[in-house]
Amino acid sequence: MVQSLDRSQGRAGGVAAGPTNTHGTFTGNRALQIEEPLIFEMGQAGRCGVDLPEPPKVKDRLNGLRRAGEIGLPGLSEPQVVQHYTRLSQKNYAIDMGVYPLGSCTMKHNPRINEKVARFPGIGDLHPLQPVSTVQGALELIDRLAHWLKTLTGMPAVAMSPAAGAHGEMCGMMAIAAALEAKGERAQRKTVLAPESAHGTNPATAAALGFTVKPIPANERGRVDLAALKAALGPDVAAIMLTNPNTCGLFEGEIVEISKAVHAAGAYFYCDGANFNAIVGRVRPGDLGIDCMHINLHKTFSTPHGGGGPGAGPVVLSAALAPYAPYPWIVKDGEKWRVAEDGAKVEGTPLGRLKAFHGQMGMFTRALAYIMSHGADGLKQVAEDAVLNANYVMAALKDVMSPAFEGPCMHEALFDDSFLKDTGVSTLDFAKAMIDEGYHPMTMYFPLVVHGAMLIEPTESVAKEDLDQFIGALRSLAARAKTGTAAEAFKAAPLYAPRRRLDETLAARKPILRWRPSNNPPETDPVKQAAE
Amino acid sequence: MRYLPLTDADRREMLSVIGAKSVDELFRDVPTSAVLGAKIGGLPDHQGELEVERAFQAYAAKNLSPATTPFFIGAGAYRHHVPSTVDYMIQRGEFLTSYTPYQPEITQGTLQYLFEFQTQITLLTGMEVANASMYDGSTGTAEAVLMANRVTRRHKALISGGLHPQYRSIIETTAKWEGFGAVIGRPDIDGLEDLIAAVDKDTSCVVVQNPSFFGHVRDFAKLAAACHAAGALLIVVVTEVVSLGLIKPPGEMGADIVVCEGQSIGNGLGFGGPYVGLFATREKYMRQMPGRLVGETVDADGKRGFVLTLSTREQHIRREKATSNICTNAGLCALAFTVHLTLLGEAGFKRLAEINHAKASELADRVAAIPGVKLLNDSFFNEFTVRLPKPAAPVVEALAAKRILGGLPVSRLIPNDPSVENLLLLAATETATEHGMGPLVAALKEVL
Repeated sequence: MVQSLDRSQGRAGGVAAGPTNTHGTFTGNRALQIEEPLIFEMGQAGRCGVDLPEPPKVKDRLNGLRRAGEIGLPGLSEPQVVQHYTRLSQKNYAIDMGVYPLGSCTMKHNPRINEKVARFPGIGDLHPLQPVSTVQGALELIDRLAHWLKTLTGMPAVAMSPAAGAHGEMCGMMAIAAALEAKGERAQRKTVLAPESAHGTNPATAAALGFTVKPIPANERGRVDLAALKAALGPDVAAIMLTNPNTCGLFEGEIVEISKAVHAAGAYFYCDGANFNAIVGRVRPGDLGIDCMHINLHKTFSTPHGGGGPGAGPVVLSAALAPYAPYPWIVKDGEKWRVAEDGAKVEGTPLGRLKAFHGQMGMFTRALAYIMSHGADGLKQVAEDAVLNANYVMAALKDVMSPAFEGPCMHEALFDDSFLKDTGVSTLDFAKAMIDEGYHPMTMYFPLVVHGAMLIEPTESVAKEDLDQFIGALRSLAARAKTGTAAEAFKAAPLYAPRRRLDETLAARKPILRWRPSNNPPETDPVKQAAE
Repeated sequence: MRYLPLTDADRREMLSVIGAKSVDELFRDVPTSAVLGAKIGGLPDHQGELEVERAFQAYAAKNLSPATTPFFIGAGAYRHHVPSTVDYMIQRGEFLTSYTPYQPEITQGTLQYLFEFQTQITLLTGMEVANASMYDGSTGTAEAVLMANRVTRRHKALISGGLHPQYRSIIETTAKWEGFGAVIGRPDIDGLEDLIAAVDKDTSCVVVQNPSFFGHVRDFAKLAAACHAAGALLIVVVTEVVSLGLIKPPGEMGADIVVCEGQSIGNGLGFGGPYVGLFATREKYMRQMPGRLVGETVDADGKRGFVLTLSTREQHIRREKATSNICTNAGLCALAFTVHLTLLGEAGFKRLAEINHAKASELADRVAAIPGVKLLNDSFFNEFTVRLPKPAAPVVEALAAKRILGGLPVSRLIPNDPSVENLLLLAATETATEHGMGPLVAALKEVL
């Protein structure tokens, strides 16, 4: 078979189309679904997507270390680059396309005004180390966001620099370690309590700081078992790490008793704020007795997730922990703003520094624009609508799926897989079938305390009619699963996505983490095959 | 409220389906002591887009934009021209508003660009494998030290005095609270530091930066050999990734882990973040890496596809035994990096580096010709250090008063150290022009 064999033109057979072209088109494409090679399979020497002037000839001052040989980067023109990444983008599901009910991730609408203001000249292009006299507006902006975060949480201080939620956890737990050290109790208090339902980042953070993580069981209502918690508290306990609302989507109703018991035992209360969206504007975590809480700006305050980041994880701190806040922070002296950076003479004993510069300014800008757009009234409505949407989903599905717990939920509805018992359909199969219905699946198999968990977080951004269609799709899938004869069809899903199910075992067993010319042996490489 | 689709009629209907009289009933688990009567006080109500824009214009007006002024600051964040295509591409909703690619069948776009990103990083650094990004170069460097501690089962890191001072602070902070030793070198102003003699059988790693914070370009091949003889790892940090277009990559010097700040490619200055950390290592240490990894596989039809892989290293699977607690990273900044580097390609990337070096060479010669100013570097890429006849901080302030952003006084990042008080760090990239260099040199002559 002879077709175009040049990888740089390599659409023939579809470079990524595999040994059999099951769709019967010459290209392997299916209308708007275009098979796309890697950039390394497209390049041509002599092509370039930028025009740069001829560099002036100067004497090298590189200490004799000039790079020799080819780097190996492909050469593409600008239109090729635009087409390549546009085609890739069309293989993604996104909030902009529909319901993205990924529990615990708060996939709400990402307003474009936030993108616009983050790019304003004088905001988006500032250097972090410009003289502070030239960035007064930027410092004021950060302080303004800090003011909102402190007021909304009812906490006296906030550390702005952590780069994401997990980084905020590290910051908060370091502050707790610092407070213990100041009291001479760090060596003695080596245990951190965390519910079995905790996010994986909680135990990972505590363990990194040398704490031993002791799981606290849940009661039959999906909340922390207060008696078990009290029994676990003692002079060895440094802190509890608790998400509220918790990862089952439930409010910890005994949280005030929990915080009192934790403090009575001389320990601190770390609250994981991943689920703040359920209560923002309605409940101040500071009124619940917590000592610190990170806020995922990319969840509650809608900074875009961008396929896995960037995020931002400011940490609000109680008066007990505020003296240990890390560098840097913003200070107002009279009418002037300045930055307290490493070595600055300050009150308290900062725990150190967690990140270069001043934190995720681009996320601060977006979050503040989102907050100002909503105002105090709108944020309260956000929490109420998020909770209403989740409870509506719960109510509309409870007769065909199996809610994990009784009673109203907060911003996410948790189901277990008991409704799939004896159907041959698993949580994974059910989720993959949702893809064919045009939805991103819910969070699966988390929290770990619920068998075959399905955690649905619609967020406040979904209109009722879209929720109704979503509910209709899930009801239809549940009914189909329960016929007992649909297991094969479920296991084949998805059929209509850019890819069918991917072999994750193969990926882990024989890791290929980068392109190399020899990645595809000739017998499976469609291009090489075409050449034969 | 423009972002909230539910109408009051919707809400009533939904409450009736739920069987609740009011939304308050859904919040019944909240302790009465924490129930707020009305909305939280002291905060303004919602605003339209126009009002929000005006508020941000007012913030912006109180800052001095580098676009409007001679600009020569670097020190770990560099001003480069980012092609329009980059910003357009990262604002496509399919990229901007998707999550970590947990469902690979409908996130091949993200997964494929991350696979391309990982490949680009291995090529630039001369290493074998790379991950799908860290928060930034500074946090990535601390993660590299932790990884070296895991690999060697040792707990003493040697930190070069040529490493960015804030990166050093982060390692010190991590060392203090996570419980390992960090021996910190004196500021390596002249680029003559020799760490070979300090490497011993307890050393887990040596962390160096190239070009150094002060701009010196060094060959670390001998240091790498000494590390390997002692069973330690060499970590090379690069804060200006454009330098890899011109300078021998760390992989060819024997580095075991390379961490770069990737901001220079595709990502604006943004007042310090978000940026993107590049993290590369040898294949044999692959399973000790922090962060997400994307791997190639096939789907049920045998078509090539990509997935997140080796996740048994990660917090959501391993929990307290994870290699790192990192979860969200810098996916969209990695996309900006990948799109920009793809536009540049081999020829463009090398040429960009050449232009940077030439601009900085010109600036160095012109500044060094000012009476009383001494250039401390024999070697540099696009940034160098000069010693002024007087403290640098007030000089920089005096330049700022003339609307010139004339470098970084080293004392800002290394306070209370008389040996650096007069040092000024200056960077010039492809964005530097005669319209900037001329006024800078003239103003320096005036204020010195």
